[in-house]
Amino acid sequence: MDFPSFYMDHLAGGRLIIGLIASLHVLINHPLAVGAYPLLTWMEWWAHKNNRPDIDQLAYKITFIVFIVTTTVGAMTGVGIWLSTSLFAPFAIGSLLRVFFWGWFAEWLVFISEVGLILWWFLTWKKANTPEKKRKHIKIGVALSIMSWLTMALIVAVLGFMMKPGEWNQTRAFWDAMTNPLYAPQLGFRTFIALMMGAVFVWFATFFFTKSKRGYEQGTGPRQLRNWVVYRMSHVVLVSLLGTYLFGTWYWSAIPETMKANSSVALLTQEFMSWHGQFQSLLGWTILVFAFIGLGGLGSSFLIPRWALLIPSLMGIWLLGHFERAREFMRKPWVIGEYMYSNGVHKDELAFLQSEGLLKHATYAKHREVTEANKVECGKDVFMLACSRCHSTTGLNGVIEKFTAMYGADKDWDSGGMALFIQGMHQTRTFMPPFPGNDKEAEALVAFIQQVRATRESLPGAQSTGVVVAPPPAPPAMTASSQP
Amino acid sequence: MTMIPLLATTPIPRDLPLPLPLPEGVLIVLLVIFFLVHILFVNLMVGGSVLVTFFEWLGRKDARWDRLAAAIGRTITVNKSLAVVMGIGPLLCINLVYTMQWYSANTLTGHAWLMIVPLVIVAFLLTYLHKYKWESWSQGGWKWLHQLVGLAATLLLLFVPLIFLANVNLMLFPGEWEKVRGFFSSLSIGNVLPRYLHFIAASLAMTGLFLAGWFGREGHEIENTPGFTRPELRRIFYKVAAYVTLAQFVFGPLLLFTLPAAGITTQLYVIIVSGALVGLLTLWLLFRELKSGDERIGRSYVPICVLFSFVVLGMGSGRHVYRQAALAPHQAEIKERTAHYAAALAAFNKQRAAAPPVEQTPEQLFMNCAACHAPNVKLVGPPLTEIAQIYAGNPEGIVAWAKAPGKKRPELPQMPPMIHLGEANLRKIAELMLEKGKAAQ
Ligand code: HEC
Ligand code: HEC
Repeated sequence: MDFPSFYMDHLAGGRLIIGLIASLHVLINHPLAVGAYPLLTWMEWWAHKNNRPDIDQLAYKITFIVFIVTTTVGAMTGVGIWLSTSLFAPFAIGSLLRVFFWGWFAEWLVFISEVGLILWWFLTWKKANTPEKKRKHIKIGVALSIMSWLTMALIVAVLGFMMKPGEWNQTRAFWDAMTNPLYAPQLGFRTFIALMMGAVFVWFATFFFTKSKRGYEQGTGPRQLRNWVVYRMSHVVLVSLLGTYLFGTWYWSAIPETMKANSSVALLTQEFMSWHGQFQSLLGWTILVFAFIGLGGLGSSFLIPRWALLIPSLMGIWLLGHFERAREFMRKPWVIGEYMYSNGVHKDELAFLQSEGLLKHATYAKHREVTEANKVECGKDVFMLACSRCHSTTGLNGVIEKFTAMYGADKDWDSGGMALFIQGMHQTRTFMPPFPGNDKEAEALVAFIQQVRATRESLPGAQSTGVVVAPPPAPPAMTASSQP
Repeated sequence: MTMIPLLATTPIPRDLPLPLPLPEGVLIVLLVIFFLVHILFVNLMVGGSVLVTFFEWLGRKDARWDRLAAAIGRTITVNKSLAVVMGIGPLLCINLVYTMQWYSANTLTGHAWLMIVPLVIVAFLLTYLHKYKWESWSQGGWKWLHQLVGLAATLLLLFVPLIFLANVNLMLFPGEWEKVRGFFSSLSIGNVLPRYLHFIAASLAMTGLFLAGWFGREGHEIENTPGFTRPELRRIFYKVAAYVTLAQFVFGPLLLFTLPAAGITTQLYVIIVSGALVGLLTLWLLFRELKSGDERIGRSYVPICVLFSFVVLGMGSGRHVYRQAALAPHQAEIKERTAHYAAALAAFNKQRAAAPPVEQTPEQLFMNCAACHAPNVKLVGPPLTEIAQIYAGNPEGIVAWAKAPGKKRPELPQMPPMIHLGEANLRKIAELMLEKGKAAQ
């Protein structure tokens, strides 16, 4: 309401971009930073202790890949989550920053040390050529592993908080969010799945550096090195599997009842209908495939072909992606639980706006009062303010598509019925926030939707067509009762 | 201080109704300091890339420049990562202090703002490619490709700061926001281009000064830059710093005099002019170093750096003072509007809380169903007449259905469960439904 609306009609309003950036970040950060750093550090240590320069070499080569990827795509998608969410929901990010400043600040410090350490660790690897220096170098790897885990631990605190309001609403305190009941299970789940995927990644990367059959007869060639890695990484996979399972179960059982109920409604709608039905079996399959790979690796490194390793990795990606989406869905209709709805309306101002009108108090709106003449234009602004954070018009998750499912494609839509639906939308569909405007605005919104249905015109966002500012409403006369 | 009245079209948003986590003054000090640290590394990244490209090109004729370019390239790997990570602090602070202006500028230039992510990723990947292929891509056509990769990375790294500058500039002029139609149109507001020139020059000067110290230091392994002696290296990079800083005495005033009047104050002039005077002193020291012989060059490095830091601090503070003054009227209006709104909201909520809770009438409760069930016509669900037939004399049946609707009519969508309305309310609705359905028959 108080920020221009960034909006991309064809991309579910723009949410799709956030989703893409965030998924990419998690996919890199979990397996590579959180999962692989400790494993590679461990390899370096083992090589040093048992005097195996070939293992040290291999660890270095894999670290090179990890270094390149995490300091480019990894780091920038991390920043990108912030840039894109602050475009799409500045009211939410702005509020979270004010409450969570110290969390973000700590996160920043940890991130600085993480970046500093990866640069230091990787760029000085070759210079650590004495046992003395090597020991110090290994310690850098340990510190790096701890810092990447801490970065994740802090982020998870913020995410967990957004899902479960905890006591934040009353006390607005920082620690409340950190001790919220979803925190530990979620962190545990992510830690183990990261280790699992990290191990498979190290295993996978090893294949590329151990192709040569040289030295096989003598038992000192790259093939033996491959055996060594596969055998150990299978152990990591199997142990982490147990952790993933235990924490995953705990996580689901800790999700508050309302959210759970809500999630099954949301998940059951159209696109998730089939997914939800298969959720548990697919979760089971993922664990099974990891278990199979792990056990296979214990047997022999040749049992599991390289391409087969892509399967558990893809399934791990799917699992993480599903968690991210489920979290998104379960949070609805809130962007900050019990405080702010997804469209930026505060819980405590809802009734006020419903009685006064949404446009009257909006900063970026063309008109303040709905009239017969400006109905469609008002409806457009109402759509932008009230619906556009979750729906597009004609595109993905579009209101046209939704109303078509309700009223049919070949019939006229009953405007009166639509207005009633909109005003009761939270009652009928609890994952949608209550409509934050008055009767006339609901009618205007309907008029706009009817017009979009007829013309199929797409709706541009403020980043293309700019903003329009109606003169602000006359400030309300300060009555005696509102005077402090 | 007199305030320039705001234009009628200036948007006056309401601030977020949450207190700042730290006193505003503290946040501002942090903002200025964090920003300068960030911009230092950005300068070294951008300036470094430009020099690498240039020296590699010189290296086609004289291989020692090629080696020097490669040595500079190795510093960029570190500086570029620090530039990104040190950017988060100032972003945090500016989001807090200028919430309403900063996010708005981001949105108005939204496409470009999002493009920062892929552009920087590509630039960084190209930078790595350039660095790690230096030896293997050193002959014939490969060398051309190598130079092209370096050039592409440099051009990208030159472009991205323009996006940030456009935002930093646009946030200052809320009165102009109505004119903006995307990133490129935002470039015509305020004085983005003089700012950009000033920034690029600062990047080169900073990098010159940094490299004079980096290659001039005792620990530098001189065999990595064959063909140059330590004093020679110092001299080359001192020269870069000195001549570019000299040029800043053109770019600086250009920036100052093209600034829109909104934030110009005496205080700003005092700060900028003092900064420029320290700058002059620094320049004098730099040229004195350049004139001294090989055995003496580099002696004033530390004082030069200290003086330079003061110049930078001065410019950073001046920049902030301008912003503060330019946005003061806007901030004040926002504060007022926010307070008015909060008061009206509190009065409304108080009145509402005082009013006795009204029990919803069956008619009102029925509104929860009315969007889909009409008396005679099929909307989303079956009409009331049909329901009244099925459930004649059986309101409990309707309640049971509404709590957990089944799937009966294949041509209709699934009805959502209504259990959250509560059994008692559903009962009232059911009775009314039957009544209405009968009446409509
Ligand atoms: C919190 C995000 C959110 C907001 C804000 C929101 N919706 Fe929805 N809406 C949803 C979700 C989620 C669905 C279900 C999507 C699905 O079917 O998969 C939905 C479904 C719908 C449906 C179909 C309902 C049905 O019974 O099938 C309509 C119509 C609709 N929304 C209209 C609107 C309108 C109009 C607005 C603005 C006044 C709005 N929504 C605001 C999230 C939202
Ligand atoms: C989002 C639209 C929607 C809303 C809101 C809605 N219904 Fe329905 N209703 C339907 C649809 C669709 C059907 C047909 C379902 C089917 O046959 O599979 C239906 C069918 C019914 C039936 C007939 C069941 C039968 O045995 O044939 C009853 C009774 C009913 N609804 C009651 C209610 C009540 C009570 C409410 C309000 C508390 C309500 N509905 C709100 C869409 C809705």
